[in-house]
Amino acid sequence: MFETALTLSDLAFLAKGAGVTLAVTLVSVLFGTVLGVVFGTLRTLLNAWTAAPMTFVLDIFRSVPLLIQLVLANAFQSIAGLGWSPFVVACVVLSLYTSSYCSEIVRGGIDSVPVVTRRAARSLGLTWGQDMTHVVFPMALRVALPSWIGLTLGVMKDSALVLWIGLIELLRSSQILVTRLQEPLFILIVVGAIYFLMSFPIARLGGQLEKRWRENDPG
Amino acid sequence: MFNYTFHWYQAFRALPDMLAGALVTLELALLSMALGIGLAVLIAVAKGSGNPIFRAFAVTWVEVARNTPALFQIYMAHFGLGAFGIHLSPYVSLLAGITFNNAGYLAETFRGALRAIPVTQTRAARSLGMGRVTAFRLIILPQMFRIAFLPATNQMVWAILMTSLGIVVGMNSDLAGVTQDLNVRTFRTFEFFALAAVIYYALAKTVSLGARLIAWRLFRY
Amino acid sequence: MIQVENLHKSFGALKVLKGIDLTVNVGEVVSVIGGSGSGKSTLLTCINGLEPIDQGRIAIDGTEVHARATDLNLLRRKIGIVFQQWNAFPHLTVLENVTLAPRKVLGLGRAEAEDIAVRQLTHVGLADKLKVYPSRLSGGQQQRMAIARALAMSPKYMLFDEVTSALDPQLVGEVLDTLHMLAAEGMTMICVTHEMRFAREVSDRIAFFKDGLIHEIGSPAQIFDAPERAETAAFLNTTR
Repeated sequence: MFETALTLSDLAFLAKGAGVTLAVTLVSVLFGTVLGVVFGTLRTLLNAWTAAPMTFVLDIFRSVPLLIQLVLANAFQSIAGLGWSPFVVACVVLSLYTSSYCSEIVRGGIDSVPVVTRRAARSLGLTWGQDMTHVVFPMALRVALPSWIGLTLGVMKDSALVLWIGLIELLRSSQILVTRLQEPLFILIVVGAIYFLMSFPIARLGGQLEKRWRENDPG
Repeated sequence: MFNYTFHWYQAFRALPDMLAGALVTLELALLSMALGIGLAVLIAVAKGSGNPIFRAFAVTWVEVARNTPALFQIYMAHFGLGAFGIHLSPYVSLLAGITFNNAGYLAETFRGALRAIPVTQTRAARSLGMGRVTAFRLIILPQMFRIAFLPATNQMVWAILMTSLGIVVGMNSDLAGVTQDLNVRTFRTFEFFALAAVIYYALAKTVSLGARLIAWRLFRY
Repeated sequence: MIQVENLHKSFGALKVLKGIDLTVNVGEVVSVIGGSGSGKSTLLTCINGLEPIDQGRIAIDGTEVHARATDLNLLRRKIGIVFQQWNAFPHLTVLENVTLAPRKVLGLGRAEAEDIAVRQLTHVGLADKLKVYPSRLSGGQQQRMAIARALAMSPKYMLFDEVTSALDPQLVGEVLDTLHMLAAEGMTMICVTHEMRFAREVSDRIAFFKDGLIHEIGSPAQIFDAPERAETAAFLNTTR
């Protein structure tokens, strides 16, 4: 029979790690989405030239490894004497990272709203703000939501990297247990299952939403 | 605040070593893509096949690759396989992990591309006397690669970024590994990693640009 | 000789062919007419083995198409088929589209295959489009390329499945001209078509399909001028 030294308290330890993973993900997705909506909307308002600096900076977050970003931010806060905890550093970096991807999603969503629809809204006397809140954002949301769910799942997985700056999240917790119990395969499978359990339901939900919306679409 | 003197000169002196590391990074990414593409074609075909064992295998691969962190997948190769007496070097673990990840994502990309090709293409090929495999190889595969080309180049950029995870399992010859070595010796973390970031950025942009050029040369239809 | 005997074919619960008997002799041109969904196209895809059948038999020169021992890939070299949707291979040039099967299926060398391809493409009037990708061709040109592609395999029989139905009206003529030419050269052909004038001019015999059965078969003069069955007359009235 299969035997393991993994105890309930070890599982609780893993659960605590999973809690940190979820906390980092939640905070980062929250701030990242707010920033992403702002950046994404700005990019549709500005022309290519005036938006260029912002586009360039946002692109850096997608073209440099997240691990390097974390190391740099951590080094920077120590140089600047900010005294941030690893949790804060992780959340700041992941929020900006999220906002970079989110701004692309938001821009794509807004661009997907046909110009004629917006003209129709304005011709009915809606102000720019009313047009955005009542017409553009609701329509863009349908296009953007599936990608946004994908992004959230991506951030949850990528948050594993914060272990490098000393945060004990799920994957780091498993490493600690592996060192102590010397059962790498079994513990990693448990951890994989936990990641799976955290992400699979959301992934399915996203798929369902996308399907339902597509079915409701005429033509 | 900022009672710190930046030592950029030290970092620039290490540039040749870091560029040598960047070559290893590029080599890893290319290898993982080449292997990943091959596996992804097999997985995509298996996922659409009638054989339930093949299908279950393919589905498991894709779901694990897409629903767990890439670092987890590298850990699995590095530590997990130890349970079977397989001990991989950091280089091979990293390559295996990234290849596994690439294959999972690319398989889904390829599946989507296959669905976009009309079934009548296969019919037309078969009606000319081609066998199933010949028709797939000569008619379907080339069209699939065209549709999947741009998403695949995104995956290539991902592969480059993922190679940086090697330091976590002790990789020291790629760009991140070389940088980490320098960092441990000098504690000039910010300078070295900032330079590494610039090199990663340049690599990523070169690949995207190169891919666009290749696509333009390759797909003239 | 193509022999179809008591052919039955259904897709799920839908019975498409309900006992077809048809013999086409070498050198003969047979047109198949009838309303949409009457099973005409299915007959052609069954003849070259692209669809399995439920009952009956189809034999090409005595070889049974759906027998387990039959090498379909080998048999299909004898039977060319051109579809309504022309199915150009978009990643290959016109010349490559036509040389592909001779090279990969018949194993011809490049030069030999190109010789054949150029001859066939010239035949259908596309000699000046060899290096062009199909996306640059009109529908009519793509359809003529598809015909050349099938002819390059030197088939003994040709099946045409509503080859003009997906074309813009002004492009129909050029494709029908090509079929006329083939018929004049003595090619054995089965044409599923909605072009009644073409059917009348080109065919030796015409088969009228309705509800998965051949209701009437005979010479163009008989079918068009003196149909024996009321259904045939009714159908022809709707097309005039």
